[in-house]
Amino acid sequence: MRKILVGVKRVVDYNVRVRVKPDGSGVALEGVKMSVNPFDEIALEEALRIKERGEAAEVVAVSIGTDEAQQQLRTALAMGADRAILVKVTEAVDPLVASRVLTEIAKRENADLVILGKQAIDDDAAQTAPMVAALWGRPQATFASKIAINGGTAIVTREVDAGLETIEVDLPAVFSADLRLNEPRYVKLPDIMKAKKKPLDVVEFASLGVTADVGLKTVFVEPPKPRAKGIVVKDVAELVDALKKKGLV
Amino acid sequence: MSKILIIAEHDGSALNQATARAVTCARQIPGAHVTIAVFAAEPAAVASAAAVLAGVDAVVTVASAANGHALAATLAPQVVALAAGYTHVFAASTSFGKDLLPRVAALLGVPQISDAMAVEGAYKFKRPTYAGNAIVTLEAPADRILVATVRSASFEPAAGGGSASISAADVSAELPTHTRFVSLSAAPKSDRPDLASAAKVVSGGRALASKENFDIVYSLASKMGAAVGASRAAVDAGYASNELQVGQTGKIIAPELYVAVGISGAIQHLTGIKDAKTIVAINKDPEAPIFEVADFGLVADLFVAVPEIEKALS
Ligand SMILES: Cc1cc2nc3c(=O)[nH]c(=O)nc-3n(C[C@H](O)[C@H](O)[C@H](O)COP(=O)(O)OP(=O)(O)OC[C@H]3O[C@@H](n4cnc5c(N)ncnc54)[C@H](O)[C@@H]3O)c2cc1C
Ligand SMILES: Nc1ncnc2c1ncn2[C@@H]1O[C@H](COP(=O)(O)O)[C@@H](O)[C@H]1O
Repeated sequence: MRKILVGVKRVVDYNVRVRVKPDGSGVALEGVKMSVNPFDEIALEEALRIKERGEAAEVVAVSIGTDEAQQQLRTALAMGADRAILVKVTEAVDPLVASRVLTEIAKRENADLVILGKQAIDDDAAQTAPMVAALWGRPQATFASKIAINGGTAIVTREVDAGLETIEVDLPAVFSADLRLNEPRYVKLPDIMKAKKKPLDVVEFASLGVTADVGLKTVFVEPPKPRAKGIVVKDVAELVDALKKKGLV
Repeated sequence: MSKILIIAEHDGSALNQATARAVTCARQIPGAHVTIAVFAAEPAAVASAAAVLAGVDAVVTVASAANGHALAATLAPQVVALAAGYTHVFAASTSFGKDLLPRVAALLGVPQISDAMAVEGAYKFKRPTYAGNAIVTLEAPADRILVATVRSASFEPAAGGGSASISAADVSAELPTHTRFVSLSAAPKSDRPDLASAAKVVSGGRALASKENFDIVYSLASKMGAAVGASRAAVDAGYASNELQVGQTGKIIAPELYVAVGISGAIQHLTGIKDAKTIVAINKDPEAPIFEVADFGLVADLFVAVPEIEKALS
């Protein structure tokens, strides 16, 4: 296979507990640590391993984001991606829009495989991989925890509610990475230096002919209802008593 | 009127309770007419189970050998063909629904609302983002079909006692051959309650420190008649199997009682249990974030406390 495309979304770091803005317009992102979506690191790691096994020639990282997403693409290049594409937007896009963009890039690049994250940890939508597969008319293997490429097909193990499902798909295909697919490598300093020289192309969103408005309107954003304050019990006896009183044991 | 099509989730013989929860969500839409679609090789048993759910108006079956295993690529074009004439297409937000519905939405050319947790109107829903730390109210255009997955933990399952008509639907769609089912290695059947729908859950974390030690969690769960869950750290370390993971990327649950044993309470874990009625935390670190959401916190060594609890319950 020649080419693997990997989605790299810039998201709030997973350790950050976001705060909703008091006016209900969204979450406060000023000064908040941003990172590569953790599932995208896993997707990229898998693509790199496929390439390192000699089963792919090139790994291309794609992000749809503002100029700042170049930071995350540089991280992807430092991890080992060969080149990167930033599709420049001014505002966050709906997964359907992201899917249309990624499908367009997959077609232009003639990709043999697209690996995305199972979900972005900001919108928690878990939509993009199946949407790209649908728009591209290709197979999908979501929640992948094991991938084996056999020439023109792949065998993928998926984490489903009932256990582990294995499917076979023809390539090109779209996969989404689950947590247990692999453990992403750490980026080393020399790799960061090398990454600065790797190509990062910026494509204007408007040049792709994709409409940004899919009609879904955010009415407002609010914090979750807080839980009532609990108590600390002094010992097991008090705990069991309390649970008995509530009829829970 | 809202005509809602719910895609049944099943294993070939039994209807998944998550579908009954999606029915409850659909019924909260004023004037809803609810149809359940059963795609299967032999849909009869599942269709009967769907037809007795209260609030279901009709059940349609699509019988085909190709539907013997739930593959999104095969099901999606059939759902799209069936969806004509409906205003909404729903499925539970399970691994089945999350795999299938975005494919359906994209084929229909519409956005999807994932994890609908509250109905604010026929085209207006609340959903969680940022691991449940920001709840977004979304409104979709009323002139297009609305595709949504339903967050199971937010809705009780529809009761029984219904008597919907069952009919076979004729769906003509070209099915792809590029995706083939190979195998399913299901978790071994047990007498324990199912994690996703259990009234009580006992979960263990990294603190259990070994697969053997994790038996303490199983033992307490047995005593309480509870399902077993685990944190990601416990799953990653191999103490518990992956389908037991609770949290942002595992199962989102809402039991009456959740007991977290040796779990720190990372945001990714908490988002999976926020809707539990009562949360008990057993942790030796009084500063552990799990205590911020616990109704009853016990600061103790779990290897001492858990056997004591078991004894107290005998
Ligand atoms: C993208 C992403 C998604 C994730 N999704 C999930 C998810 O779905 N679910 C999930 O659970 N996690 C998830 N995580 C991981 C999460 O961030 C935490 O790392 C994980 O939940 C920690 O598990 P833990 O609480 O068992 O372990 P730890 O955080 O290590 O906590 C162990 C706790 O046990 C206590 N302890 C130790 N010994 C004892 C003892 N003898 N007695 C009593 N207490 C003791 C300690 O005080 C500590 O609080 C995700 C992470 C990422 C990046
Ligand atoms: N703006 C984006 N840029 C790059 N990749 C994206 C973007 N949005 C979504 N993706 C990919 O799609 C996956 C799932 O995202 P979502 O459907 O939003 O949960 C992510 O893990 C990424 O791999």
